[in-house]
Amino acid sequence: MSVVTPFIAASPIARINPVAKLLAAVTLSVALLLSIDWISAAVALGIEALLLFWAGLSPRMLALRTAPLWVAAPLAGLTTVLYGRDSGATLWQFGFVSVTEGSLTLGVAIALRILAIGLPGIVLFATTDPTDLADGLGQVLRLPARFVLGGLAALRLVGVLIDDWRQLAYARRARGVGDRGRVRRFGGQAFALLVIAVRRGSKLATAMEAKGFGSDIPRTWARPSPFGAREVVLIGIGVAVAAIAISVAVALGSWEFVLA
Amino acid sequence: MAGTNGLAPAAGARVSARGWSWRHAGRLRPAVSELSFDIAPGERVLLLGASGAGKSTLLSGLAGVLGGDEEGDQTGELLVDGRHPAEARGRIGFVLQDPDSQVVLARVGDDVAFGCENLGVPREETWRRVGSALAAVGLDLPLDHPSSSLSGGQKQRLALAGALAMKPGLLLLDEPTANLDPQGVEEVRDAVARALSDWTTTLVVIEHRVSVWRDLVNRVIILDAAGGVLADGDPERVLKVEAVRLAAVGVWVPGIPPALPERRPGTTRAGDALLMAHDLGIGRGRKPRETEAGAGIELSVDAGLATAITGVNGAGKSTLALTLAGLLPPISGSVDATELLAAGIGAHPHAWKSRHLLTRIGTVFQNPEHQFLAGTVRAELAIGPRALGLRQRDIDERVDELLHRLRLDTLAGANPFTLSGGEKRRLSVATVLATAPRLLVLDEPTFGQDSRTWQELVALLAELLNDGSSVVAVTHDADFVDALADVEVRLEPRLSAGAAFLGADAVVMAR
Repeated sequence: MSVVTPFIAASPIARINPVAKLLAAVTLSVALLLSIDWISAAVALGIEALLLFWAGLSPRMLALRTAPLWVAAPLAGLTTVLYGRDSGATLWQFGFVSVTEGSLTLGVAIALRILAIGLPGIVLFATTDPTDLADGLGQVLRLPARFVLGGLAALRLVGVLIDDWRQLAYARRARGVGDRGRVRRFGGQAFALLVIAVRRGSKLATAMEAKGFGSDIPRTWARPSPFGAREVVLIGIGVAVAAIAISVAVALGSWEFVLA
Repeated sequence: MAGTNGLAPAAGARVSARGWSWRHAGRLRPAVSELSFDIAPGERVLLLGASGAGKSTLLSGLAGVLGGDEEGDQTGELLVDGRHPAEARGRIGFVLQDPDSQVVLARVGDDVAFGCENLGVPREETWRRVGSALAAVGLDLPLDHPSSSLSGGQKQRLALAGALAMKPGLLLLDEPTANLDPQGVEEVRDAVARALSDWTTTLVVIEHRVSVWRDLVNRVIILDAAGGVLADGDPERVLKVEAVRLAAVGVWVPGIPPALPERRPGTTRAGDALLMAHDLGIGRGRKPRETEAGAGIELSVDAGLATAITGVNGAGKSTLALTLAGLLPPISGSVDATELLAAGIGAHPHAWKSRHLLTRIGTVFQNPEHQFLAGTVRAELAIGPRALGLRQRDIDERVDELLHRLRLDTLAGANPFTLSGGEKRRLSVATVLATAPRLLVLDEPTFGQDSRTWQELVALLAELLNDGSSVVAVTHDADFVDALADVEVRLEPRLSAGAAFLGADAVVMAR
């Protein structure tokens, strides 16, 4: 297992074209960014929670992958509650920190919104193999192969560079400069890694060029990237969740269009 | 035919050079000058020459990857099938030296298919070729096997399969086995022999160990460092006539063994131990159970003796060396320094300060680039002595002496990263010698080195041993073990019933 060959359990969602996952996640995110009310976020999050059961991630995997969200969302919410724009009745005051009805509502809305946007994104990408994503971007969205495959090849180097980083750390200790300030040492080591990364990158580029990459010949793709009914259904689900969330919020009068 | 699996090109490529020269942008001297030769379709050429004679530049030129006018100046002509090599893409397969830097994709099958995709080969035909190419190089792995988990020899065979799948008329190999252990060298050489058994494909290979390719080639071309071709013709004849001259510039010529240094035994007394490993368990990372490489290791490193750590790939040799060097903590058991080595700072090397290691244990890493810290060779050598707090005059004195001793004088102002492989190796050893440690730990010091650097290195280590220092070296190099080792510690992997790697046992053999 490595950055480019993550372990992905077989599940219905893992078989769906990554481009469809990308489009569904983007649709949902854009829709939820249009307002900052708590109702639309709560509705979206509720439906997502139900859909998660079909995503095929084990509870442990789900907890691990989404851990950053469960930290970020409450923190962002709390910050807004304490320091956000005040409105309505003041509930609590301590120096310049004040909690009002308005900032409380806003805090909840923001915490829910981060979860509602982040959760589907993380789940959809935790079930995606980077190679399949690149195939989809190249074949379905027709993005330039140079960009898509260049990025994929660079991603493969990450594993090699992690090993380089360890070696650099051992070498610094062996050379007698491992006692210096942590920050300064980190800076020097990061620069050394950059130099090594550039050298590895240019060697890789030569190897790719020698295999005909970047020539004028129209490229073929060895792996098909099918885009059919399943993919359309997934994007449809994304659109539907967004539509339901917005409709409920508008119907209840809580919709606050951020661009208005 | 079983050997070629339908991957044979329609015809081998013809190569011709007419007064070809190439000067890299920003350099004064051309890397290659005034080269003229013809290579007929199906010929197999071993390309030899001193380091710096421009072998790699010529191969890159033939592969069409030297770049355009902004990369350098070309004069004369270098043609493959009568075309500029960059326009003959797909006719040319190119395998480079570094196994880690030429795997492109994450899965074995995809990586082999990559070249075919770029050449616009239809999907069904691509996968047919992928199967044939993997069979030709003897890689019997599922197509979705992760390429990152391959050994060095397997990665090189993967790169070869990717080149073969393009059905090249010309196959170029740039020291494809220099970074491999003996088993990997054999794997790659046999894969090339099998894949080219039809004698259609033209082959040009660079290698400074002649014996590896001797039986596979029918022509030898020797480049002259001063420009042009020094010798060209039948391998038997050329190698006989030029043997001495080739050996002098660092080529490993069969029948001319490297000069061995004199060891003066008996300068040490029994019991002069520097380091003792007791019931030692080694491994990397925070989860020892996942990364454990060996357990129950018992050994002693004695003053004035050379210890070679040998064993197959993945047995944990480097991990053991880093643990003995005080860079990795033991997972279980202990590494204890005797008072002779520790000199009053405690018995556990991994607990010592980085600065305290300098005069006690010096480590030379497998990849010299990992240990370079400065912008010039001179500054690089001064880092250790400065960390010891020496006076500037003493630092200068030491640095000058080392520059001279390791033939780096003319390179004092050069950036360490721009040096050749042999020069980088000499510098990495010199940086360690600058603080005169009692114990030297080296990880594959002779990997990919030409015979000249090899002899210098072995002579230098013998001198240090004669003066009472100790050497611990991880190595695959049997000649190196024969030349220097007093003790051999062989790590033997312990396998489960299902051949899963469980760890390694250390077998200590006196020599």
